[in-house]
Amino acid sequence: MTVAPAALSVDDQTARRVKRGEKKMFTGTKKRLSSPWATAAALIIAAVWTVPTFGLFLTSFRPREFINTTGWWTIFENWGFTLDNYATALQTGNSQLNMAGAFVNSFAITIPATVLPIAIALLAAYAFAWMDFRGKNILFIGVFALQIVPIQMALIPVLQFFARGEILGFPVIEAFGSVGYAQVWIAHTIFGLPLVIYLLHNFVSEIPGEVIEAARVDGAGHGQIFFRIILPLTAPAIASVAIFQFLWVWNDLLVALIFADGNVAPITKLLAEMTGSRGQDWYLLTAGAFIALIVPLIVFLSLQRFFVRGLLAGSTKG
Amino acid sequence: MTIQDFFRWLSTLNPWLEIVVIVGVFLAVVALILFLIEIAPRPGRIYTIIRLIACVVGPALVLVIMQSWIEAAAAAAVLGLLFFFLDKRAKGGAGSIFQLVGFLTPALALLTVGLIIPTIQTIFQAFMNKTGTTFVGFENFAWIFTQPQNVRVIVNTIIWVLVAPVISTIAGLAYAYFIDKTRGEKFYKILVFMPMAISFVGASIIWRFMYTARPEGQNQIGFLNQVIVWFGGDPYNFLADDPWNTFWLIVVFIWIQTGFAMVVLSAAIKGVPGEQLEAAELDGTNAWQRFINVVVPGIRPALIVVLTTISIGSLKVFDIVRTMTAGANSTSVLANEMYTQFRSFEQGRSAAFALILFVLVLPIVVYNAVQLKKQREIR
Repeated sequence: MTVAPAALSVDDQTARRVKRGEKKMFTGTKKRLSSPWATAAALIIAAVWTVPTFGLFLTSFRPREFINTTGWWTIFENWGFTLDNYATALQTGNSQLNMAGAFVNSFAITIPATVLPIAIALLAAYAFAWMDFRGKNILFIGVFALQIVPIQMALIPVLQFFARGEILGFPVIEAFGSVGYAQVWIAHTIFGLPLVIYLLHNFVSEIPGEVIEAARVDGAGHGQIFFRIILPLTAPAIASVAIFQFLWVWNDLLVALIFADGNVAPITKLLAEMTGSRGQDWYLLTAGAFIALIVPLIVFLSLQRFFVRGLLAGSTKG
Repeated sequence: MTIQDFFRWLSTLNPWLEIVVIVGVFLAVVALILFLIEIAPRPGRIYTIIRLIACVVGPALVLVIMQSWIEAAAAAAVLGLLFFFLDKRAKGGAGSIFQLVGFLTPALALLTVGLIIPTIQTIFQAFMNKTGTTFVGFENFAWIFTQPQNVRVIVNTIIWVLVAPVISTIAGLAYAYFIDKTRGEKFYKILVFMPMAISFVGASIIWRFMYTARPEGQNQIGFLNQVIVWFGGDPYNFLADDPWNTFWLIVVFIWIQTGFAMVVLSAAIKGVPGEQLEAAELDGTNAWQRFINVVVPGIRPALIVVLTTISIGSLKVFDIVRTMTAGANSTSVLANEMYTQFRSFEQGRSAAFALILFVLVLPIVVYNAVQLKKQREIR
């Protein structure tokens, strides 16, 4: 027996709302906020927040001589469009590196520095969530507590460890020396771990226990459970943590200043350096800044849902 | 081949190829660990032998690859052997401890070497001289607290932590409340949230450009100075005007953090029960009274989280100061000074600055964690 849906007579607007699945049909409370003053204030805030980026964006496409003599708001009186700034900026830099190289470096630093901590943290998060052992809670609280250590506390000893291979004054391994991106990768991996473990643990422990139990009964060991259940079920969560870590590493300056010297420096470091040495060359700085911004902006606009989740979850990092 | 050789070889490759190789090698190692974990608890001689080999060869191999002392590698092998027998008689059955160690060792080893030991070292370093060889007591701290420019650094940091969180939160809250349930709310949110995606370095350049001043009579190219000129004022050099320049730097931080406050508070505002608002409306309250007496108490936990989170961020602020002024014109803050001292080979002083930062951050983080926990319990 089937039940035919009752044919209610609805007006167009209601039908549209039902179709969209909007919960609240009668938004009576809507009135309370649309006072003209509130709207005006919102518009002003929105404008104030957008103008700086917009100005930079416009300026980066204006010819050099216009940038130095007129403001971007006069673009219609002093019309000009050029890509030269970008071409020049990509070729500018210091003796070892230009902006194009730094842009590639940023990727070469960021992608491994995202994959490594997440893989290592996922292993640990699984053990903390689904294995029983003595002292588990204490250990987990210890890892959690490491989040409060500002990375400033660890930077220099870690650098010395790379340079000399010593721990607490005892030579332990041969020094790394200057070996490409390795130092930055390892540093970012370590500094990212406490937060990433904590976040992933939250997600991994939310998986229903019955699912894990059923797999165990079917004879799956921890390795298989990890591969076949944890990985697929937490994939969206991993994505949001990964986006957060990606943006954090991409936008980082401090770790790069200490661990990425010479020709492996990322774009943030080169830009900061250029701001110091060529602070008035706005045709370079605006284009350079935009080159650095474009990747996080694309990530932001295309993966907004994950992005907001990841950022909110990880906003205390540093 | 040692890991140092491997990295050296890696650095000769094309960067894109490096990404593929390092990620591939790393994931292969993780897969190997998972494979060993998977087969560890299986009964049978062959699995026992595999476990034995993994226990003895594993730790030794890691040390050999990292070019440790041969004695250290041998010691690791002996320890691994002991571990094998411990594991064999484990309560949870042979292989159970092996699994646990497999899952946890990579993370715990890195955290120990890269965070715990360095933090302890920095604490000691703060009481050492500049090369870290002689104990000097509180000399570094005495230097910090007696030099006027260093006292200024601490005052600046305190100004940051007092001003930035409050203004970002108020702006974020106002905006979230104004746009709540309006048409195009999502779009409005994107506009204000976008700066969160931008690096502090990028934001600093954007705002340096906003602040640029040209001498009187010339065309202004910085928008803010143009606004001042339009209103009949004289061009103003924002970043050189001590003591207000610290506030102009804080503006950049607020510009970024307001989006964060707005998103969190907007979600909280949507959680305020509509019945309460309607009841208040029936009682004849106006919009402002409803906001202060119903909405704000309703989102108190979220407000605290936002305030503490931004406070921690403003205590640690580094990139903005480094890029905008590099600490010139008395704008320096703790994190920047820590870096500056390190660059001028004053390790002790650098560590002392880091320690002060740590001590200042500590109470806020603990408070934040307690609040978060409380919030979870309520839910």
